[in-house]
Amino acid sequence: MEYKISNRLRIAAIVLMVLGALGIAYGFIDSHSVNEGNITEYLANEAHHGGDHATDAHGDEQADTHGDTHADEAHVQDGHEVEAEGHELTHEEHVLHQLHNRPYAALYVAAFFFFMISLGVLAFYAIQYAAQAGWSPVLFRVMEGITSYVLPGGLLVLVIAFVADSHIFIWMDENVVAHDTIIQNKEGWLNKTWFFIRASIFLAGWSVYRHFSRKFSVAQDNADINDNSYFKKNFRIAAAFLVFYIYTESMMSWDWIMSVDPHWFSTLFGWYVFASMFVSGITVIALISIYLKSKGLLTFVNDSHIHDLAKFMFGISIFWTYLWFSQFMLIWYANIPEEVTYFVTRIEDYNLPFFGMVALNFLFPLLLLMNSDYKRIPWFVVMAGIVILFGHYLDIFNMIMPATVGDRWFIGVPEIGSILFFGGLFMLIVFTSLGKYPLLAKGNPFIKESEHFHY
Amino acid sequence: MEASKVIHAIYTDDDVLMSAVKTVKAEKHHIEEIYTPFPVHGLDKAMGLAPTRLAITAFLYGCVGISVATLMMNFIMIEDWPQDIGGKPSFSYLENMPAFVPIMFELTVFFAAHLMVITFYLRSRMWPFKKAENPDPRTTDDHFLMEIAVHNNEESLTNLLKDTGAVEINIVDKDEDAH
Repeated sequence: MEYKISNRLRIAAIVLMVLGALGIAYGFIDSHSVNEGNITEYLANEAHHGGDHATDAHGDEQADTHGDTHADEAHVQDGHEVEAEGHELTHEEHVLHQLHNRPYAALYVAAFFFFMISLGVLAFYAIQYAAQAGWSPVLFRVMEGITSYVLPGGLLVLVIAFVADSHIFIWMDENVVAHDTIIQNKEGWLNKTWFFIRASIFLAGWSVYRHFSRKFSVAQDNADINDNSYFKKNFRIAAAFLVFYIYTESMMSWDWIMSVDPHWFSTLFGWYVFASMFVSGITVIALISIYLKSKGLLTFVNDSHIHDLAKFMFGISIFWTYLWFSQFMLIWYANIPEEVTYFVTRIEDYNLPFFGMVALNFLFPLLLLMNSDYKRIPWFVVMAGIVILFGHYLDIFNMIMPATVGDRWFIGVPEIGSILFFGGLFMLIVFTSLGKYPLLAKGNPFIKESEHFHY
Repeated sequence: MEASKVIHAIYTDDDVLMSAVKTVKAEKHHIEEIYTPFPVHGLDKAMGLAPTRLAITAFLYGCVGISVATLMMNFIMIEDWPQDIGGKPSFSYLENMPAFVPIMFELTVFFAAHLMVITFYLRSRMWPFKKAENPDPRTTDDHFLMEIAVHNNEESLTNLLKDTGAVEINIVDKDEDAH
């Protein structure tokens, strides 16, 4: 089955990117329309309009909850307010930072979201090879198409991290580090050079595996029927990659996400981010397979394959909830100020996205996908998939935004623009890559089993 | 009592059995029961059995489990002997709920799993001191047995089953009191 990206799809993707780029540009211009000169006026106006956060100093709520002694700890979570106490940063300057951080953070959240989808699919793909799964080889070309975004998507995340600098990663700001003993003690790990060296190692490793697995997969198609050497090679590198991946994914999650709150840490954060990327990746495999099937291109994918993908969507959604709750409950129960401030900020300032995300990522998949028959109905899976993807966007949003913009969050033009831009880019790259080789990995020794798979 | 006469066709391979079931169904004979040494994938569909409702009972038992856990923890920790654990003396079930989630989860699973197994046994007419219904002990080892009711058609049925690859065909009087 040959597939070529249709002109309509390409134009749609480019239009999304252009619209997104306009939104991003507007976000930057708009945020810089407020500056040192007019911030006082801005805040006065805001108070006038009944904006309730402008007039109270941030962190007061935290201070009330945990007693004044912990106010300092609480502040670091709430925007980059570590400077606020005793480092001569006024409320105006602080709000200004948050306003200026927002377009960077919006860009970073969307960039990471689409990148993590392709990385999650890469892990899923490697697991299929390492497990020598018999059901999934008909979906391999779809997965390979999605993983083509790992390298460009990852590079973009790093470029944004590099350009945004202390707009996202407060520990990259030397002035802040100079006044902060906790960050100083972490400097051996959290410094800019070592951060980008690590990131390059991670990204290089993932891309190298992606490159060779795709190469061997295509080579296996053209190999002799009795020659499974490329499949065996793929099996071996998949196993090696998975070991590399689970370490680097974990470190990546500390670096790229957890370090935006440099005082806070959670030991299961790597798993938590993994669950998020895994379920989003599997959801996108299901969505693209259903799309291509509706075009009549994946005739060998039957509803049992969709059923299995939906089972994974269901199962990994519950796995995500399990990790989310494990992280939340221990910190909530122990109630140690420097830990609990992470959730206090989210519950107070991000109540709707924080709990809304649990509803979208847990309740909806649980109820929509519990029935076995519904997992075979394409439009049902698509509906559940869209809910899951939106929920996991919010998950990343909740990870980055509280540390960068504090309570000045909104899903407005910069955020939506960033989603459109990276969504368009993702579509363009993935569907172009899908068109490069036949959609059936016919040389895979399990392809017959996979075609006849029924449940 | 003609209806209590049944034919037992014995097979030695599950693939042969599967195709035999399809042939017998195509000839519009009613298969009473099949005894196999292990679960044969797709056999229920081939026999035309209705889908199991065990999953629905599992869901209901899970609902019972979560309710029991909620009522139990509410009684123990909130009403009967309220305790201040971890500086959370709110004495409200809702506010302390995260602490009870593991218990709610575990009891949901516990109730669903155990009651589902018990339901499965009862529905399969298996209970303590029950005499085995199995007509031929070889079906617990490596033979498959298909049981079809006979309605004055022994001859044609025997021939049909012979053709499907049965290694042994017996016509027996079934004792209806056996179960």
